[in-house]
Amino acid sequence: MLLLEQILNGLQYSALLFLLASGLTLIFGIMGVINLAHGAFYMVGAFCAAYTAMATGSFWLGGLAALIGSACYGALIETTIMRRLYNRDHLDQVLATLAVVFFSNELLTLIFGRSPPAMPTPEWYSSFVEVLPGLMYPVSRLLFIAAGLIVAVGMWLLINHTRLGMLIRAGADDHEMVGALGVNIARLYTLVFVFGCVLCGLAGFMAAPLLSVEIGMGEKILITTFVVIVVGGVGSVRGALVGALLIGMVDSLGRAYIPPLLDQLLPSETSGTLSAGLISASAYIVMALVLLVRPRGLLPARA
Amino acid sequence: MSPRLIIDLACLATFACMPLLAHWLHEPYLVSFFTRLAIYGMAAISLDLLIGYGAMVSFGHAAFFGLGGYIVGIVAFHTSQGMPLWGWEGSNSALVVWPLALLVCALLSLLVGYLSLRTSGVQFIMITLAFGQMLYFVLGSLSLYGGDDGILLNERNTLGGLDLGDANHFYYLCVILLAGWLLLCRRLVNSRFGFVLRGLKQSERRSVSLGLKPLRYRLTAFVIAGTGGGLAGILWANYALFVSPDMGAWHKSGELMAMVILGGVGTLLGPLLGAATYLGLEQVLSQWTEHWMLIFGPLLLLVVLFGKKGVYGLLLSLLQRKPKALAIKPNAAVEARP
Repeated sequence: MLLLEQILNGLQYSALLFLLASGLTLIFGIMGVINLAHGAFYMVGAFCAAYTAMATGSFWLGGLAALIGSACYGALIETTIMRRLYNRDHLDQVLATLAVVFFSNELLTLIFGRSPPAMPTPEWYSSFVEVLPGLMYPVSRLLFIAAGLIVAVGMWLLINHTRLGMLIRAGADDHEMVGALGVNIARLYTLVFVFGCVLCGLAGFMAAPLLSVEIGMGEKILITTFVVIVVGGVGSVRGALVGALLIGMVDSLGRAYIPPLLDQLLPSETSGTLSAGLISASAYIVMALVLLVRPRGLLPARA
Repeated sequence: MSPRLIIDLACLATFACMPLLAHWLHEPYLVSFFTRLAIYGMAAISLDLLIGYGAMVSFGHAAFFGLGGYIVGIVAFHTSQGMPLWGWEGSNSALVVWPLALLVCALLSLLVGYLSLRTSGVQFIMITLAFGQMLYFVLGSLSLYGGDDGILLNERNTLGGLDLGDANHFYYLCVILLAGWLLLCRRLVNSRFGFVLRGLKQSERRSVSLGLKPLRYRLTAFVIAGTGGGLAGILWANYALFVSPDMGAWHKSGELMAMVILGGVGTLLGPLLGAATYLGLEQVLSQWTEHWMLIFGPLLLLVVLFGKKGVYGLLLSLLQRKPKALAIKPNAAVEARP
């Protein structure tokens, strides 16, 4: 029973990671840009959701605000800054997007202040359902898993079965050729970037009632998101899914099973310290191991 | 006098005269500021060795900065508490503690470098970031050493007849070490080793077909840079008398990268000027407004997008423009003649 609950928790964390990682990996795969500011859109989404829901009392309006807010901010950043970075080297991209992170954090502090908002939720949201006999699980987390699943299926359909998806795949292969064939490549880039930001906004909306909405929440999750896309293979959406599941599960199961395991092996004062460190570092250890065996990730975009 | 020499001498003169100047202006704070500058400058210069000459964009350089500081902090903790560390009662002498800390940093950078250099490009950036974060979390989980709150040190290490507790003595020690480190790095990049490193940066395939083994050279550079970062961390622990996991956090690595870019990639002295710009702006802007990042962020963005060569490049071009202006003058006089 504990195992099943931990697996569900792992799935929920995986869904959050996948929402962020799929957009990030798409942006990297197509535009070739390392976007440290990706977490900023997640933060913008969460703040928009929390404050709109607080002002209107409507949970769903909050969600709408999160999507619109992150999309608008994404479009603004893409047209003013990001498009100048597509042909630069990685060092420039890292620094420029780091500057966007600094700026966004301060901007949100200035607008919303430092006290973290609490997002109001409807009653059904905080209720529990019986997923299996004897196992009660919160609706909010199930909803999160469902959102992750829907986005995963939706993205597969979008990329493999629509004209836009065809352009995205073509753009990832050879964007110059796509441009020469008369496709407005700049508009495609903006579209892909904003799409990634909308996914961030969705993740921010879903996470706002569950996690604390605070300045800097984007960076914390962003580094883990990078771990996910590097583990999965940079630029591949399938890789992002596999990476998100792997990291989500390792984190959740590690939290449940590392402390009792170490307690048996070591004296209690050292094991407590060690297991806390090991749990926080588990994702990074997985990444280091994966890269040592397969330096390009589990499912690289182009073999 | 070449423009480079002018900049060198100007930096040297500024650093050498700072305590006098601070005393004269009644601004003792300046010495403290320049001590910080020397320490961050050292870390940024060693990162430039990697980024500017080896094309290794390390996003985990602060790990060595943090580790160097933590070794000093941990030894000081055991010495002052009278708790032997694996049977060693500890020491407060810089000649014992510092080489130990440097050795640990060198060993860690050997391990991290060996593993990270199996990858390249984005994966290298990410894996160095991951190792940096790993160290950050490990330091944060050391509950004996304060966990996330870090360690407070009682006093600075002792070094021969120097009184490191005195701001000026400590300042000059930092400046001498900085100058020594800068000269060492310069010799290094102009040696055969440095040429191989730069050759690998230009074209790995060409260097390999010339019979060079890339890993050996890159790893050596990584270890040297990591040790330099560690030395800066050691000095920081002594300067601030406080170490915390934040010293090794990823935004510290980002700050160091920002200093390198601001100053000019691949110039060695540039990152020191970059550190001066970064710390100076932080100082001025944060006095002016609490939301100083709101101004600093876009400023950094502009430098990255438009100022390719950084502060050092800007200074060089300013100094080089003068002779050209002189050369044009006679022609202008000729044309003006009726």
